[in-house]
Amino acid sequence: MTLELKGITKRVDGRLHIKETSLRLEPGHFNVLLGETGAGKTSLIKLMAGLDRCASGSILMEGVDVTKQNTQQRNISLVHQFFVNYPHMSVFDNIASPLKVAGMAKSEIEGRVEEAADLLQLRPMLHRRPHELSGGQQQRTALARAIAKESNAVFLDEPLANLDYKLREELRAQLPELFAGRGAVVVYATSEPEEALLLGGQTALMQDGNVTQFGKTADIYRNPADLVSASVFSDPPINSARVTKKGDEIRLDAHVKWTATGEASELADGEYDVAVRPHYVSPVRIADRHVPMTGTVQVTELTGSESSAHFKLGDQSWVSLSQGVHPYQVGEDHEFFMDPDHCFYFLPNGQRAR
Amino acid sequence: MAKITLSNLRHSYYPNPSKPDDYALKHLDLSWEDGGAYALLGPSGCGKSTLLNIISGLLVPSEGKILFDDKDVTHLKPAERNIAQVFQFPVIYDTMTVFDNLAFPLRNRQVDEATVKSRVEAIADMLEVTDMLGTKAAGLSPDNKQKISMGRGLVRDDINVVMFDEPLTVIDPHLKWKLRSKLKELHQELKATMIYVTHDQTEALTFADQVVVMQEGEVVQIGTPVELFERPTHTFVGHFIGSPGMNILPCEVSGGKAMFNGQSITLEGEIEAGEGKSNEIGIRPEHVTIADNGLEAVVSKVSDVGRHNVVEAMVGGTKVASITEESAPNPGESIHLQFDPAKTRLYRDGWIATKSTGA
Repeated sequence: MTLELKGITKRVDGRLHIKETSLRLEPGHFNVLLGETGAGKTSLIKLMAGLDRCASGSILMEGVDVTKQNTQQRNISLVHQFFVNYPHMSVFDNIASPLKVAGMAKSEIEGRVEEAADLLQLRPMLHRRPHELSGGQQQRTALARAIAKESNAVFLDEPLANLDYKLREELRAQLPELFAGRGAVVVYATSEPEEALLLGGQTALMQDGNVTQFGKTADIYRNPADLVSASVFSDPPINSARVTKKGDEIRLDAHVKWTATGEASELADGEYDVAVRPHYVSPVRIADRHVPMTGTVQVTELTGSESSAHFKLGDQSWVSLSQGVHPYQVGEDHEFFMDPDHCFYFLPNGQRAR
Repeated sequence: MAKITLSNLRHSYYPNPSKPDDYALKHLDLSWEDGGAYALLGPSGCGKSTLLNIISGLLVPSEGKILFDDKDVTHLKPAERNIAQVFQFPVIYDTMTVFDNLAFPLRNRQVDEATVKSRVEAIADMLEVTDMLGTKAAGLSPDNKQKISMGRGLVRDDINVVMFDEPLTVIDPHLKWKLRSKLKELHQELKATMIYVTHDQTEALTFADQVVVMQEGEVVQIGTPVELFERPTHTFVGHFIGSPGMNILPCEVSGGKAMFNGQSITLEGEIEAGEGKSNEIGIRPEHVTIADNGLEAVVSKVSDVGRHNVVEAMVGGTKVASITEESAPNPGESIHLQFDPAKTRLYRDGWIATKSTGA
């Protein structure tokens, strides 16, 4: 199965809500849609699932145009952020419901339900009702239904968002294995950059109804095409500032400057926006080439293993994220060191400069 | 603001509790200093909401007392306790302006308008919502609504404690850290006693000076974020805090030594005297390194998390996770793992059983 979007758009009240989008989604790995709430992830899923009509463009499943087909005809599964199960049915019947609707033989239904239940560790709960389950088990039931159905495409719309942190971690680690080898195209929407990295596969970055970049997850994280994509794929937010390049020198302000190396040394003289991820801004100098910068510490956070400091550099807010525990005094100036080899440079129009 | 003492608290939802499992809150004895930032951290069903309801007065505990400073408030109604609460979903009046929403808790208590005005303006300034004061709350984004909810919780200066119940659950990740830092800043400025309830380790650890970790109605550890990370007193804390959590490896103990997969493992210190049903070694992925020699392991999975790689490897039949910033080996490769001895602990029946060397 492949799922192909060819220039699809969606309008809401005359305004373009999903801008012209073309994507080719393959099975065998997760296809992640990453973006903030309101970026258009759910809208795009609705179009792919046939719950909404495209204003233009076409959708192909395995080469067949399904643009005009409704959800039932497309043979898809959908798992939402909120646990959707039939409250009056047992877990077994919940998982079996799409198979019964399809008129499948009883023995085959049993086989498929039991296989899915085993994968999701629901076997002992098959006779319970959804309200007798924990949130994690309810969401496992919804996932088991999607697996038992053996649909062509599975859409997972922030399925872990309402689960406890640790539960989320466990289920997230299992998900890619659950769908591996099933031949379905799996689309997973999330607003968490780290989740996209953990799921791997391919990622489409979304902002404001646009897919800004699409490719192998780790590649687009390391190689953002534009400043928007770099920002969408960063948590905490990526640091950025306007710099001027002249000869070998890159200057951020009166105090902060460094020598252009690698990709940057090829750039023409002029103005650029530099962006650098928080873990390449450290409170200790790791190497001589690291660029010192002094900022006023505004907020510090400690997660046990990592420390972060939000500091003011000129009128910009910057974040440093580092391993270990660092003592910062809020309100005081502190020296930070930026790794210039991990800076991205963008043209004033936002495109990557190279 | 007040110091809060929870003394010998127990709570059961059953009328005649007879066994430990009948208690949603098994036993709790602690005190929180005036002006501190505290977090209650644990999974769903660990008893944190029960505890929150007892502090706010929605529940009267089966046993024990709650003191605000030295005053026994155990049987006082919520309204008589002078507390403020911020919930998971923003509680604001859509038809009112932001100003009127913030002013509501004050006007409710017949505070004079001049004071109302100065308090609301001060809070709005701290929250950076001054330019929204005149707008109706209905049109605000979810994070701004939650900001206003927080502001309502913080606007009174005569309250004993402000309680936050999963306040960031509905907020987008990229805005979460903003609200988190805002809250931290407000705590530093207002010096209010704040209790933050969450299942999210990052929120708990970044917000609180001291975190209370709960599991199945019991407090398993109270400590600073660094203490919880560095030396968990229980395997549950080791597992729950950290991403991925601590490696908990079944081991044999004989002659004062811990044996894992047939090899002796150097621990942080001597093993405490005693016997138990199970022994486990606890070591965080951050303290497991890939080296030229050490425990033999086969890589089973590598996750590239951007700022580092999480390498999972099988030592015999046991999975061990390691965090490395270097380039990672490939699945199927044979590698050697080393544990930092100063960070390697022994747990007996879940509880720490090595003597700390103070490192």
